[in-house]
Amino acid sequence: MSAVDALGQQPPPLVGAAERRRRIGGFRALSLQAKIGAGILAVLFLAGVLAPLIAPYGQNQLDFTSVLQPPSLTHLMGTDAAGRDVFSRTLYALRLDLTIVVLVTYVPLPIGVLIGAVAGYYGGLLDGILARITDTMIAFPFIVLVIAVISIVGPGVKGVLIGVPIVAWALYARLARSEMLVLREQPFMLATTALGYSKRRAILRHAVPNLMRSSLIYSTLDMVVNLLLLAGLAYLGLGAQPPNAELGSIIADGQTTLLTAWWVATLPGLVVVLFGVGAGLLGDGLSDGRLRARVQ
Amino acid sequence: MLSYLLRRLGLAVIVLFGLLVATFFMIHLVPGDPVRIVLAGRANPATIARIRHELALDQPLWDQFTIYLSHTFQGDLGTSFTLDAPVGEIVSQRVGPSIALIGYGMLLSLLIGVPLAIVAALRPNGWLDNAIRVGTTLTFAMPSFWLGLMLALIFGLELRWFPVSGYSGGIGGILRTLTLPALALGLALAAVVMRTLRSSLLEVLRSEYVEAARSRGLSELRVVGKHALRNSFMNTLTILSVNVGFLIGGTVVLEQVFQIPGMGSLLVEAVEKRDYQLVQALALLAGAAVVLASLAADIVQALLDPRVRLGVR
Repeated sequence: MSAVDALGQQPPPLVGAAERRRRIGGFRALSLQAKIGAGILAVLFLAGVLAPLIAPYGQNQLDFTSVLQPPSLTHLMGTDAAGRDVFSRTLYALRLDLTIVVLVTYVPLPIGVLIGAVAGYYGGLLDGILARITDTMIAFPFIVLVIAVISIVGPGVKGVLIGVPIVAWALYARLARSEMLVLREQPFMLATTALGYSKRRAILRHAVPNLMRSSLIYSTLDMVVNLLLLAGLAYLGLGAQPPNAELGSIIADGQTTLLTAWWVATLPGLVVVLFGVGAGLLGDGLSDGRLRARVQ
Repeated sequence: MLSYLLRRLGLAVIVLFGLLVATFFMIHLVPGDPVRIVLAGRANPATIARIRHELALDQPLWDQFTIYLSHTFQGDLGTSFTLDAPVGEIVSQRVGPSIALIGYGMLLSLLIGVPLAIVAALRPNGWLDNAIRVGTTLTFAMPSFWLGLMLALIFGLELRWFPVSGYSGGIGGILRTLTLPALALGLALAAVVMRTLRSSLLEVLRSEYVEAARSRGLSELRVVGKHALRNSFMNTLTILSVNVGFLIGGTVVLEQVFQIPGMGSLLVEAVEKRDYQLVQALALLAGAAVVLASLAADIVQALLDPRVRLGVR
């Protein structure tokens, strides 16, 4: 019995090509919920990409004449104890965090899907070994593992870039494997054998495209988990080092002035929440709620 | 029953062994020599060589691994070279607050998540259900440390109901010092508990015995809250055990927010001082805690539910 099953996650039902085209047939085919989610994510990603153009101040531009100013039209999110504009810092932090999140989410994804597909297709000993490896990987509290890697490579984004992919593929492998067990009995997969296609062709050309769907849906959730992880590490001072700011480190900076200047810690946190809500809505809308449960 | 238990136990042993392998290679294969990093510029090459020898780092990787294994199996988790004490001793001083925090957080997640799931399942897609789902989407997306800070700001600094840092033992002390961090931890988990329990309740509500209970004229609250809930208990248990890793991860950061002297803050101290032996031991213990929690949950489940131990699902 696996944890994924226990969380009530089932692979989405397999559908024909026409139905699939309708489902993935562009933005207009999405539910309202998914559209709102995609819209929120688009705004946040755009804000990150355009940060150098739209940030009104530099991310480390000090101004000791206006420290701890509350949010206003000149400083949308106020200023911190060094007079830095929190809105500008948040934009730059978002740019850095989203870049890392996309890397650590979408690099392990195809690797995991491929490993899961192979294990599910062949079954047997290979499958058993893989199941034990994924169990081990998933058993690890994620942040503890990444912190362990950081203890060797030193604080900074490097630890995250090494540590997260080491584990992250395992979830996708598990998801793809469980779907492959169903998929390989489908008529079109049996047909690949009947037609004499090589196993390589059957897996890569016929199975993997079908397996990608639920992994891509799950990846919206994975991005949230990874962003929360990044924020936590940055809060602990183990993320990007100054002068670069991350959302978590801005919040940590704001902790000392929490009572006098609530905005420094509060507002960047709300940006994280907004990202989570956007990704959650998109994921839920795409999957009709089938993949909602959280796997940690 | 016995064969199920043995099989389950065997799996746990394999995964634990995997953890040992993983923690070992994680430290030894990541580029960078720990001793050189820790002592950079502070020791001459001879001292570095001596320490490398004491830590067996000058041996072939395979020999290092067998040494690591035999030490661990004898209960020797190594010696912290920054605190100059056996890891086991250090951990026993710091484990209390973390266990209290995790237990308290779990309790709060149940106290919040279960009633919400029942209310939501009573009228699926009703306004209350939707409101609860929006709320849990929000708490799911919140960084737990940020939520902790917000709780500290409102209930600690403004209302002054709770202290915002420190730890004291005993029931009274725990209630006073751990309520805010446990709430920050529990709210995130409550979202998971609520969502999974709600969907499992809705599934059970379609079964025939629920139909029978309804046709006997029992109130809907009684049907959902008693008859259906009892069958969803297993799912809740599994959710909690699966999320022990999440809770451990949450305490690492929350202990820092509230200055609680537990395992999480120990880990952060160890990383800051680059005490890799302590980090390795803590990572192993954290992984082992997760494996043992899921083993315990499966055993309880097998004891309570014959379908599990007979392999009928």
